[in-house]
Amino acid sequence: MGFSQETRERAQEIIARYPADHSRSALLPLLHLVQSEEGYVSPAGIEFCAELLGITRAQVAAVASFYTMYKRRPTGDWLVSVCTNTMCNVLGGQEVYDTLAEHLGVGHEETTADGKITLEHAECLAACDNGPVMTVNYEFFDRIDPKAAVEVVEELRAGGRPTPTRGGRLCPLKEMSLQLAGFADPREDAVAGPAASEATLRGVRLAEEHGISVAGFDPSTPIKQGDDRKEAGQ
Amino acid sequence: MTTPRRETLEKLTPVLTKRWLSPNAWRIEVYEQLDGYAALRKALAVHPDDLIQLVKDSGLRGRGGAGFPTGLKWGFIPQNDGKPHYLVVNADEGEPGTCKDLPLMMNDPHSLIEGVIIAAYAIRANRAFIYLRGEAVHAARRLRNAVQEAYRAGYLGQNILGSGFDLDVVVHSGAGAYICGEETALLDSLEGFRGQPRLRPPFPATHGLYSCPTVVNNVGTIASVPYIVLGGAAWWKSMGTEKSSGPMIYSLSGRVVNPGQYECSMGITLRELIELAGGMQPGHRLKFWTPGGSSTPLLTAEHLDVPLDFESVAAAGSILGTTATQIFSDQDCPVYATYRWIEFYHHESCGKCTPCREGNYWMARIYRRILSGQGTYEDLDTLLDACDNILGRAFCGLGDGATSSVTSSLKYFKQDYLDYIEGRTPPKLSAEQLVGAH
Repeated sequence: MGFSQETRERAQEIIARYPADHSRSALLPLLHLVQSEEGYVSPAGIEFCAELLGITRAQVAAVASFYTMYKRRPTGDWLVSVCTNTMCNVLGGQEVYDTLAEHLGVGHEETTADGKITLEHAECLAACDNGPVMTVNYEFFDRIDPKAAVEVVEELRAGGRPTPTRGGRLCPLKEMSLQLAGFADPREDAVAGPAASEATLRGVRLAEEHGISVAGFDPSTPIKQGDDRKEAGQ
Repeated sequence: MTTPRRETLEKLTPVLTKRWLSPNAWRIEVYEQLDGYAALRKALAVHPDDLIQLVKDSGLRGRGGAGFPTGLKWGFIPQNDGKPHYLVVNADEGEPGTCKDLPLMMNDPHSLIEGVIIAAYAIRANRAFIYLRGEAVHAARRLRNAVQEAYRAGYLGQNILGSGFDLDVVVHSGAGAYICGEETALLDSLEGFRGQPRLRPPFPATHGLYSCPTVVNNVGTIASVPYIVLGGAAWWKSMGTEKSSGPMIYSLSGRVVNPGQYECSMGITLRELIELAGGMQPGHRLKFWTPGGSSTPLLTAEHLDVPLDFESVAAAGSILGTTATQIFSDQDCPVYATYRWIEFYHHESCGKCTPCREGNYWMARIYRRILSGQGTYEDLDTLLDACDNILGRAFCGLGDGATSSVTSSLKYFKQDYLDYIEGRTPPKLSAEQLVGAH
């Protein structure tokens, strides 16, 4: 398919972020960009990137196939990822994944017949203090259990947008891919979306409650300057 | 849950996490009210070499796992070489158990940006990249917003605060590959290639991004810099131990009452951390734990009093790593835990070198066989043999790290393996999953 004029303009914007003689650095964001239009990295998307960067389709395909966030088949509007790495796994993440797989009738990286939801088991999502975690289009649902997980996917299927525990309001995967390509989230309230959980703040709150702070902090402490440079007047 | 004792509470050192209590600290106007960008003004008034010396004097060591002295790394950058220099922030947090950088970037993104500007000025770089884990979308939002705000305020761009120093920062989202946390794989990825490690030497300090001198530092390392610039090296060293200075964010997960982020003086023990976290969950007794993520050898209840600093953890046979303490109890099986980690390394192995690619593939299969009740005594020897062929022979640290939980769990919990092999523990996996394992 031909990519839209808007996507072509955005592609140029991406390339301009990197040094002129190193435009290949734009490849990862460009692959996110083609996903923002097509929902996955299609052969046309690969060709699009190859032409823009003056490299071969094989070179682009080799990169696209290396990274798990590039989907090589049409993907649902909602990518549901359940962490099944060790910590989340033993805290119940495996059960969440198994329950969803059975409920949706799909396996890893498969999409429901209505095309709405793609399920995957994910490796560590860097939120172990909130485990077990699940994400929808990479927004966190913390301390999830099988029942709550089923409710989230049912709401998605019914056209609703369940509220993540942390992060911005849910947006479809194509919109999220545009953000991944490096374009700011246009939704002001999404940037303001909650970032901290109870667990995030546990230690610092404990310190505050008990009046603990680090003594001796003086922001005007001088920086020691080398003698030769002081003489030079710096 | 019990209240921690005063002497334990006093090990808390809220420095990098302090602004997290201000819910709008991610906005530049709030950040500026909380000492924000004061360090930058101070830093730009001195010679870059003075900043390198300051960071050396502070004893700051990398927060990404390896603990390399930061000032030394900055000092390796050749000066007056006529080449562009680059600063690359490794924000590809993904080591299982590790969850300290994402909250920092979400709750206090400007502290990272301010650290980036100071570090770039010190090493004379006019371009910096923050290579952010792709999945970290909310951190990306907050960081991109912070970068835009910093440009508008004159902290980024041309002639920053009238100093004559120019800097451009790009937040570059990855696309889902744990290996990109390895610094040379990260550089390849940032150049638009598959994320595969490079042969060293040459090191990134001379041949990094685009084959130019490059510093790659972890988020926590760079975010520490403004505090050192403000409070000074002596103040920074008032926390931690002689060789492991400063505060460290310990990430507690698992079977404690209150998992979470606890920023403490380096050298705190797990016993004290568990006390801060309200104790073990009722009915759970500590069985095994990682001091710093899944790539660090497991420790046990015997090691509750090991000071969690770089030297002491190494002396106890493990690695401080990312201070991601994952805490498991007698209700968790070390064989299954290790199996899941090996599946992870198998999935994340980039495939470049044979020991890691093949070793993890086969180890995952052996674990499946043991966990389905069909393991043999010989499997245990094969696991150790495989580890022996990966450790030190893999191309990068990913392979080495994979062996950590295997060898340490066999060392401390061999009986748990034998219980599967000899049929005392019921199979945890079904034999259907065993295609091709024999």
